[in-house]
Amino acid sequence: MKNCEYQQIDPRALSVSPLSAQNPAEKKVQRPRRKWEAFPGKNRFFCDGRLILARQNGVLPLTLGLIVVTSGLFFAFDCPFLVEHLTVCIPVIGGVLFLFVVASLLRTSFTDPGILPRATADEAADIERQIDTSGSSTYRPPPRTKEILINQQVVKLKYCFTCKMFRPPRTSHCSLCDNCVERFDHHCPWVGNCVGKRNYRYFYSFIISLSFLTSFIFACVITHITLRSQAKKGIVQAVQESPASVVELVICFFSIWSILGLSGFHTYLVASNLTTNEDIKGSWSGKRGAEESGNPYTYSNIITNCCATLCGPMPPSLIDRRGFLPPDEAIPAAAASEMELPPFTPKSDANMEENCQEFSLSCTA
Amino acid sequence: MATEFHNLQDMQHTASLVTKVFIQRDYSEGTVCRFQTKFPAELDNRIERALLEQTVKTLNSYYVEAEKVGGQSYLEGCLACATAYIVFLCMETRYEKVLKKISGYIQEQNEKIYAPRGLLLTDPIERGMRVLEISVFEDRGSSGSSPSSSMSSCSTAR
Repeated sequence: MKNCEYQQIDPRALSVSPLSAQNPAEKKVQRPRRKWEAFPGKNRFFCDGRLILARQNGVLPLTLGLIVVTSGLFFAFDCPFLVEHLTVCIPVIGGVLFLFVVASLLRTSFTDPGILPRATADEAADIERQIDTSGSSTYRPPPRTKEILINQQVVKLKYCFTCKMFRPPRTSHCSLCDNCVERFDHHCPWVGNCVGKRNYRYFYSFIISLSFLTSFIFACVITHITLRSQAKKGIVQAVQESPASVVELVICFFSIWSILGLSGFHTYLVASNLTTNEDIKGSWSGKRGAEESGNPYTYSNIITNCCATLCGPMPPSLIDRRGFLPPDEAIPAAAASEMELPPFTPKSDANMEENCQEFSLSCTA
Repeated sequence: MATEFHNLQDMQHTASLVTKVFIQRDYSEGTVCRFQTKFPAELDNRIERALLEQTVKTLNSYYVEAEKVGGQSYLEGCLACATAYIVFLCMETRYEKVLKKISGYIQEQNEKIYAPRGLLLTDPIERGMRVLEISVFEDRGSSGSSPSSSMSSCSTAR
């Protein structure tokens, strides 16, 4: 394993010792590093920490590509005919929808979903002290849970072994991103990111606007082909004149079912203040027999639920990607002797992304 | 934040960190940000209960204000949606404004109440809103003078 530039804080080294152990000459050579460079989760960062993405974002280009290609074909091949025969509003509406879809998608993909930073060594030690573990430390102790009361309902909080803390309610650990995410909904490969507290509204507006866009394009293409076939007296000839429309039809037809279904499902979730995670696990319904759905977070009013989920205040990012690492945290005295520190060279912007990817890969290797 | 670090460094010259006490989140009212007002036993002889309780209650009220789902947040949400969320690039959200107030409040509390007692509050946002961290310092008994706070009151026998 390649030497990581990120040194894990040794949980045994509890006391904050002064900086005497650090070589003053080395300290001057380091340039101030931002916190995203030492981020322990499997994420990629762009624009010097401003944008965050999951490591596996294979399908995001496909999503963007499909949307751009379909819309492009629509504007290039269908709009001229429709503007001529119907109204100029059609490309305008299409354009607005397209921009909204792309903006929502990019916003969903590049926003921090509500990642919880991992517990510091001191916190982890404090929690360990509070939990009575009277066994040997050579095996992993049984899963730890803590029961709390939320609105008179018993909720179990689980201990996260990776992040070393009790997960707050509605928080779940995403194994793909290796982070605990607040109000975790699901990890969406199409947007290449987790969907959580901070980007759920963007995700929701993305799927709603995408439903409108696909329906709109579908309707316009059908209208176009119908009008053309009426003029030319034959569908086959109409299709031959405008083959791009068939491509759009096929893409839209297959997308509409899934997108509309997803929109409907998420509308239901928003109205009942549930997350996909909770719904799938059946956390609040059915398990307790005759008891009514005991979701302790619902406001019992559809409109309030919708407003709270979609128009609630925008919480800030907790991981402070662009903050600077304090120099004493970067190299703890206890670990300095064991590890050979790689020489710090100023990174050029061109290689920044590759370095970061290597970086995050090596840290999780 | 720079001032806080400066204080900590000052303190580290004349005092050593003994332990850190963590006040955990209180989830009895849901996922809204709230800290427990239960007084930690380790701070029994360091600070009066009422003072700490007051600090935690004030912080809780700030967080309630930040997370309030009301008229202003709806307006912000709708405006953001209408502009395809581009408005967030230019505007500071209400939550961020309240967070700034909170860090100012914590700094003020540290200077007035906690530093003279050898304690230091860490802004919860720096700990991912998981805990309210209180660092407990003890005077090493060195003769170094610290202009910002008098440490003589800390050298109580533990």
